[in-house]
Amino acid sequence: MIEIRGLKKNYGQRQAVADLDMKIEEGEVFGLLGPNGAGKTTTIRMLTMLTRPTSGEAFIAGYEVSRDLDRVKQVIGIVPQHMNLDLELTARENLELHGRLYKIPVAERCRRTAELLAFTELVDRADDLVSTFSGGMKRRLMIARALFHRPRVLIMDEPTIGLDPQARRRIWDLIRQMNRDGVTVLLTTHYIEEAEALCRRVGVMDQGRMIALGTPAELKERVGRFVVESLNGGQANYTLYGTREEALRHAVKLAGGVTIRETSLEDVFIQLTGRRVGD
Amino acid sequence: MDFYTVLWREMLVFKRTWWKFLASRLVNPVLYLTAFGWGLGQDIHTGSGTYLDFVVPGIIALSAMTTSFNTTGTGVNMSRLYYKTLEEYLIAPISAVSFVLGKVLAGTLRGLVSSLIILVLGIFFEARIAVTGWFFAVTGIACFLFAALGVVAAMLINSHEDMANFSTFVILPMAFLCGTFFRAERLPGIVADVVGILPLTHASYALRSLAAGGVVPAVSVLALVGYAAAFFAASVWTIRRIR
Ligand SMILES: Nc1ncnc2c1ncn2[C@@H]1O[C@H](COP(=O)(O)OP(=O)(O)O)[C@@H](O)[C@H]1O
Ligand SMILES: [Mg+2]
Repeated sequence: MIEIRGLKKNYGQRQAVADLDMKIEEGEVFGLLGPNGAGKTTTIRMLTMLTRPTSGEAFIAGYEVSRDLDRVKQVIGIVPQHMNLDLELTARENLELHGRLYKIPVAERCRRTAELLAFTELVDRADDLVSTFSGGMKRRLMIARALFHRPRVLIMDEPTIGLDPQARRRIWDLIRQMNRDGVTVLLTTHYIEEAEALCRRVGVMDQGRMIALGTPAELKERVGRFVVESLNGGQANYTLYGTREEALRHAVKLAGGVTIRETSLEDVFIQLTGRRVGD
Repeated sequence: MDFYTVLWREMLVFKRTWWKFLASRLVNPVLYLTAFGWGLGQDIHTGSGTYLDFVVPGIIALSAMTTSFNTTGTGVNMSRLYYKTLEEYLIAPISAVSFVLGKVLAGTLRGLVSSLIILVLGIFFEARIAVTGWFFAVTGIACFLFAALGVVAAMLINSHEDMANFSTFVILPMAFLCGTFFRAERLPGIVADVVGILPLTHASYALRSLAAGGVVPAVSVLALVGYAAAFFAASVWTIRRIR
């Protein structure tokens, strides 16, 4: 559904995205995971030509984005990282504006507005100015807007950034639900648990490079599925093992507080980069 | 017809806030008319007619400029740098021409409304103005060209602060020097020549001549149309550039 070949973006001397290759299948939820500054937003903006790539190509639904931008625009829906709703309009008017921009006939526009306000649970606030909305409501409206023209691919940049846990859960539910309805989802996140909870496959990005790509299970398999965590003079040590038995054999040799647990994507990231995602 | 969608959004907001707009547009011209027209003007002689007859077309041109420029300038600049709503239009399947035309027409309409306010006020202050179709047409072209200039500035200038500086260093001097309150020929040599080719000078001269019941000033009208076309093309280019 999405294919990226040798995509690259330089800002002066700095390489924001270096030679990216990846393929996203129809119907999956794919997550780009990486710390701030990894190049996730730049990658996504290149898919919509809001940022021009230094080199490389990207295809969405078979169309090359720089050559066939008009076709690509009809196929994708975008939820950008920054809130970019029209604060001077109501929720309904924001959707109406989007529908008009995509040349959707008036009857379909009305139907879609009602459907999506219900889907995102904004019906009772539909005629309030967006400037009075909470962060979670704005996010949900951005999702409703991105889905308005029935895109086959939804691209979301940090869809739950800055939201409280409850608002985040609601966004997750929406993403799962629309994926069940057949929408392919590409999202970026720097929240490990988000990638783990939602994504069939994850691409781990760091400093503009894709350092690992696969299902969460595959990635964990690669570094070892079990972690032995020991405290040694106030310093936490981690060692990863392929099986629980190996981990146990090592753990009994250690003195003091020792825990064995399953590997998380966070451990994968630390193994691959030597840093935490948050650092 | 995509431009109509862009315009539709602007009109929606305008309908919601028109009374605020009207009130804010009343303050400046009332002060100008009082100070320059009615206060100072009593002692100023301009050949034929009163100073008020002379200055009202100038203030109309000035107000067409500032209102239209500020509408698109502030609107598009904020939308690009602060609210990021410009991206919604860039991602949508509409052309750069449609986007610019929608925004510029919105700026033109606001400019026309504020010009109309001054016209009504001027007549209330007993200025004699021949109101003709050409008078409105020229005002409309002036609004259009400054609205297009606003889009260009908004797209090229990368901070709100520099937008304000542009207003102070470019728009404000034009407001005073371009034949609005006095004849630009009175300026010293080279300055008069430079000011003479600026769009606001053509706008105030054309409006003044029409207000006095004169013939259509073809050169000025053509110059205004030329500026409008050039600024419109430039603003389309600035939008295409960032795609
Ligand atoms: N417009 C820009 N000009 C210069 N550098 C930029 C620009 N946009 C992003 N960058 C740089 O590119 C790198 C990747 O940024 P970004 O794609 O926003 O990362 P992420 O979304 O993963 O946090 C960062 O080092 C950032 O500073
Ligand atoms: Mg980002």
